Amino acid sequence: MAEMFSYSFMQHALLAAVLTGALCSAVAFFVVLKRLSFLGVGISHTALAGIALGLVTGLDPFWCGSAFAVATALATGHISRRGRLYEDTVIGIFFAAGMALGIALLSSLRGYYPEIFSLLFGNILSVSAADLRLLAAVAAIVLLFIAIFFKELLAISFDEETAVASGLPVKFLYFGLLAAMALTVMVSVKLVGIVLASALLVIPAATGYRFSRNYRTMFCLSLATGIGGSAGGLILSYFLDLPSGAAIVLFMALIFVISLLYRPRDG
Amino acid sequence: MPSQNNNNTVILVEGLSVKRGAAPVLQEITFEVKRGEMIGLIGPNGGGKTTLLQALLGLIKPSAGRILMFGLPAGNLGPVREKIGYIPQNRSYDRRFPLSAEDVVMTGCYSPRTLLRALRREEKEACREMLAAVDALHLAARPFGDLSGGEQQRVLLARALVRRPELLLLDEPSTGLDLNVQQLFLERLRLLQQNYGLTLLLVSHDIVSLAGLADRLLCINRTMHIHGEPQQVLHSPALQKAYRCTYDLLEMAATSEEDPDG
Repeated sequence: MAEMFSYSFMQHALLAAVLTGALCSAVAFFVVLKRLSFLGVGISHTALAGIALGLVTGLDPFWCGSAFAVATALATGHISRRGRLYEDTVIGIFFAAGMALGIALLSSLRGYYPEIFSLLFGNILSVSAADLRLLAAVAAIVLLFIAIFFKELLAISFDEETAVASGLPVKFLYFGLLAAMALTVMVSVKLVGIVLASALLVIPAATGYRFSRNYRTMFCLSLATGIGGSAGGLILSYFLDLPSGAAIVLFMALIFVISLLYRPRDG
Repeated sequence: MPSQNNNNTVILVEGLSVKRGAAPVLQEITFEVKRGEMIGLIGPNGGGKTTLLQALLGLIKPSAGRILMFGLPAGNLGPVREKIGYIPQNRSYDRRFPLSAEDVVMTGCYSPRTLLRALRREEKEACREMLAAVDALHLAARPFGDLSGGEQQRVLLARALVRRPELLLLDEPSTGLDLNVQQLFLERLRLLQQNYGLTLLLVSHDIVSLAGLADRLLCINRTMHIHGEPQQVLHSPALQKAYRCTYDLLEMAATSEEDPDG
């Protein structure tokens, strides 16, 4: 183990795994309680269009992908809140359209682009110091948003109608949460790739949800699963010579499956 | 027709019309609620009762007319919002949502005033006091989803009252509860009204129980069909017209009370 972390790329990778795990599990807490899991899938797949646009035009693929992800999240929220279409219907359309646009744009590229593979499936071992700084900045913004508005986000997840009637800024909180989700998905892409990013927005909190009926405990268990799952998966990938993104998601999924064996006392 | 607002008037609605898209949901509704009154809002399903409550809370914009709550327009309630408690239509909450009964009451403390800060000790104490007032203090630590329908309604009542509002709006709070629990809930409501000097506007389909407790009944089905003292409303042909039925609603309610299995 000591030898493993003597490499600077592994130190970077571990730091990225812990930061991403903490960030994803904090956001996942509200994703699970507000039932936004499918939106996470939609956002990550739509981001492909933005990333592809960046590669074709020469703009930064991360920022293009982020712009697409945030725009998708906000547009989905806006359309579904107007009540004309169900949320999952809107996501189903954006998801497919985003992937289709991404594939169409990528097909126009000539030559070899190794970053496409790592964007699709992640490559945590290539995390640079600059990537870490970006991850830390996004994590700071998102976690600050959650820390400041934690109780209000909890209230709108439980009973939005009463929260509106109480004068809480429900629209700001809801769209803020969607934007936080989109940014979290984008920084997770480095860790596990577009295809698997949404898993990190569900599994940690779903595991906490299985174990506890108290939101404080659920939040702590979500954090533990997110951080432990990311770091554990990374270590596992090193020893078993597996792709790190797949190993992280599989390790977290294993924790969740074990949680299914646990029978809650009170329900 | 009310036209003057004074300190004794809690709700003043004049010529209110509301549309959803192009379809009119409420038309030309006018009424006034005085401080300390208990008003029963009745009418058939789809008649606009919930829409009326949402308009009073400023959640829906009227297409015509005006609403004054404590003298301020419903669209711009500002600090007056603190004076209004609300219990939305009874629904099934996620049974595994990780909140205890006390946590649920605490969400009633959240308002623009509590943004960017944690709840203070006195606010947390108020939650326990209100749980005690609805005889639910022993449920404080229990997961909300594990409570029976009647217990959940008591907790939601404590949540609506925790900021000590002067006006309480309740949207079919006793739907889905058995007759005995419904009756107990309404009686508790009347007691709390007296203890806290509340003004109540209560939507219910239980016309007979409501008539025994309310000071006045308002019957709406898109428009105001009749309003007045309970006995006057119950025996008016306008009530049958509002419900678009040919049988005697009172007789039917009495029969169902005598023979609950029938």
